[in-house]
Amino acid sequence: MTLPPIVMATIMSAGVLGALVGILAYVTLLERKFAARLQSRIGPYRVGPHGLLQPIADGVKLMLKENLIPASADRPIFNLAPVVFLVPCLLIFATIPFAPGIGVADLNTGVLFFLAVSSLEIVGLFMAGWGSNNKYALLSAMRAVNQIISYDLPFIMAALVPVMLAGSLRMSDIAAAQSGLWFIAYPVLGQLSFFAFIIAGVAAENRVPFDILEAESELVAGFRVEYSGMKFALIQLAEYAHVLGTSFLGALLFLGAWSGPGPIWLGPVWFLLKALAVFIVLTWIRWSFVRIRVDQILRVSWKLMLPATLLLLLATAAVIVWRTPGA
Amino acid sequence: MPDLRAIDYTGSERLTMNMGPQHPSAHGVFRAILTLEGETVVGVDAVIGYLHRCHEKLAETLAYVQYPTIASKTDYVAAMSSELAYVMAAERIAQIEVPRRAQYLRVLVGELQRIASHCLWLGTWCMDMGGALGGGATIFLYCIRERELVLDLFEALVGARLLYGFHQVGGVRYDVPAGWSEECRDTVTRIEARLIEYEAMLDDNPFFTMRTRGVGVIPTALALEVGVSGPLLRGSGVNFDLRRAQPYSSYEEFEFRVPVETAGDCHARYLVRMVEFRESIRIVRQVLDGLPEGPISSRPGVKSLAQVKVPKGEAYARVEGPRGEVGCYLVADGSNKPYRMKWRGASFSNLAILPHILPGCSVADVVAIMGSVDPVFGEVDR
Repeated sequence: MTLPPIVMATIMSAGVLGALVGILAYVTLLERKFAARLQSRIGPYRVGPHGLLQPIADGVKLMLKENLIPASADRPIFNLAPVVFLVPCLLIFATIPFAPGIGVADLNTGVLFFLAVSSLEIVGLFMAGWGSNNKYALLSAMRAVNQIISYDLPFIMAALVPVMLAGSLRMSDIAAAQSGLWFIAYPVLGQLSFFAFIIAGVAAENRVPFDILEAESELVAGFRVEYSGMKFALIQLAEYAHVLGTSFLGALLFLGAWSGPGPIWLGPVWFLLKALAVFIVLTWIRWSFVRIRVDQILRVSWKLMLPATLLLLLATAAVIVWRTPGA
Repeated sequence: MPDLRAIDYTGSERLTMNMGPQHPSAHGVFRAILTLEGETVVGVDAVIGYLHRCHEKLAETLAYVQYPTIASKTDYVAAMSSELAYVMAAERIAQIEVPRRAQYLRVLVGELQRIASHCLWLGTWCMDMGGALGGGATIFLYCIRERELVLDLFEALVGARLLYGFHQVGGVRYDVPAGWSEECRDTVTRIEARLIEYEAMLDDNPFFTMRTRGVGVIPTALALEVGVSGPLLRGSGVNFDLRRAQPYSSYEEFEFRVPVETAGDCHARYLVRMVEFRESIRIVRQVLDGLPEGPISSRPGVKSLAQVKVPKGEAYARVEGPRGEVGCYLVADGSNKPYRMKWRGASFSNLAILPHILPGCSVADVVAIMGSVDPVFGEVDR
């Protein structure tokens, strides 16, 4: 019995969404535990064995919290912003194939779709900052626009290197192209582009050292300063979804996606482990550096990252031409 | 005096933003009303006084045996230095001799206090720049871990961890318990090793350098004009340390280096304080090596409020606290209480530099500069 495609897609997306929210909850715990060990602390420990129920307790707490809307806020925009922020962050998972044939939609422009949608989060961010009618939030939203536009370009350039090596924008093709050699092991080009991908990824996700829009020592909590309760939870969820999405993309583009020893059904597990490894790298960076200033961030992007990734792209093209016989 | 409104931008609309008194990097209860043009600070209105507790009036109502415990509440991060300034002023009027052992013990706790205070400074400063959810918090927790070691030493010595009441007119109140010296040596050795870790995290860190180099530059002339002291002054190229310039409590018997940096920026202040960490450890070791035998006070232990009477007269005593010159001006009328008392808080004088150096820098620099000034609001507001 074969189900019509629309039903299949619905079942698949519900499954991905459900699994995603569960993974996201535990990714927060992973980050908290990892940061705690880095800082010679224990981290969450009280709720459940080794704090394993902490994400659930956090979720329940946030749901029960009072939902405050500032009197002078622009109510429709304020209320809509968390959703507008969350949707693109979840949508990026649509094109990721978790194993051969398992995924919501394996578009032939998968990478492009991912990159395009992930930059859409800026709309929700700016709505949150503007709608709050708070000076900290407004400053943060202005910084957000600056930063995300500047870093999406090098991020895209870095992500395009594996795309060129694989010769396809379809994610499953890129994964299949790495069955022999992961792209991170590709001499010079692979390591450099992975490095650029990580740096630009950290910046595009607004994490320390590029978390100037959150910058709680300057702007208290930035664009989310007025949010509480479930809306705050949605914003947090969106941020973690974005980070996890980027980790999956990194694992897919550079670390060979689901390839690994063992039977084929272990593929998704390998993929998740690789994504978590990328996530740990991002977390490690976050918890080891101090943040830099907004003008410095922009300078690094336009004067260093963008030319460097462009050169990388050109070099990749040259290598491909050189290695293609008869070209 | 440079004109505070020298920077006159034209163009976009200005935004007035409150930073504090309730703000993650207010360092207590500082309120800076910033006038912003985009991200650039064009004006700053510093408001203090949220932590005013009438310390100077209170001193008139408390006997000389009582006030040292209250003096520690002015600068609660470096309680030992303000206690010392108060008892030194009283001793100066009454011309009371302090036994050599007591003088050494005063130096010992003063330097341990400097280590503890600088630990807190480094931690909070990095947290200001790096965020409570980022690398700054990591350094903060490391620093707090080391500060706890020093506070453990104080707890073993005095019984209190933060506000001590260790000093009394004529000497100190507590002698070192058995085994304490070895513990102290272990602790400073441990902290010395950890300092290398901090520097490994910060010195070659491009992000840290970007945030601190050339930020908040205090030219030498301005530093002298405004009257900043301590690491701020030495970071601006002035070789002035009261422990060297006007040695008190037998500081002249110890070998130590006074670090001076000429850049005057946040990074120079960082370098000065990092050297001070090590020099304090050096002094602590010298004290422990050469601790003379003898009484710890030239006066008997505290039994009654009328025990210490200071003859008519007035005196100013100043000590080099972790944040700079802590001064106490005391007017005595012959009774067991001072007639009038005035604090010169190092943080208060250092904070006066902010309106001169903040205009022109960005919002992010404000917190970096605030942290490098290292104010403690108990001492600013008194």
